[in-house]
Amino acid sequence: MEHDLVLEIPTDVRSIEHAVDYVMERCRTCETYHKRLRLNFRVGLTEALTNAMLYGNEYDPSKRVRVEVTLEGGRLEARVTDQGRGFDPSTIPDPTEPENILKSGGRGLFLMRQLLDEVSYNDQGNQVTLVLRLEQGSALEGGAQA
Amino acid sequence: MGFQVSQSGDATLVEVEGQLIVGNRQELKQQVLEQLEGGDRKFVIDFSNTGYIDSSGLGVLVSLSKKIREQGGELRLSSLNEDLRTLFELTKLDTLFRITDTKEEALEGF
Repeated sequence: MEHDLVLEIPTDVRSIEHAVDYVMERCRTCETYHKRLRLNFRVGLTEALTNAMLYGNEYDPSKRVRVEVTLEGGRLEARVTDQGRGFDPSTIPDPTEPENILKSGGRGLFLMRQLLDEVSYNDQGNQVTLVLRLEQGSALEGGAQA
Repeated sequence: MGFQVSQSGDATLVEVEGQLIVGNRQELKQQVLEQLEGGDRKFVIDFSNTGYIDSSGLGVLVSLSKKIREQGGELRLSSLNEDLRTLFELTKLDTLFRITDTKEEALEGF
């Protein structure tokens, strides 16, 4: 698949905000869907990048995170791949259950699943694909490789 | 992006400027814990000027709330915008905190 936007970013949590801003600036869509982009997609992408750097690449600055974004037929897809060993997403407990509500972690994947239309992992568990459905005719502007 | 800490009566007010995310959560934690160790027990964290909180930021608020409660205190949150309220509701953290519309309301109730 050819991607509209591809980013390779180093494992540095300070780069997450800039990377997400870069992607968001290139999203052009109907005002009706502004909130779904601003909240749902932004949160999902931020959490995916955070998980990739903290739990995938384990803060290793020599490892990188690849982000591929495609918008086709109203389907906005972001694929985030880290260089870690991967994990089994089914082992992450529901953070809203009473026994987990006071835990400080475990909400990233939950938020992705709540806010995106599709969230899936590859078999290795080091690549997550997020899908948000927008309207037909939406487009990414300024496709670039960085 | 940063945190403004001030005193209002016997309560500590922390105003979050910009974002509360994985990159600055430890700074907030450290500032609040220093106040807690100094004897403060009433805390309000205000989000009037906050655009975004990620799951790491939510986690640090939960952690701070636990530590403050263990010392007999309380952490209240104020001025969450619509997006931030959505995140608290999705994660059910709106049931864990007292959340007010304004910082004044949070401070007055202490």
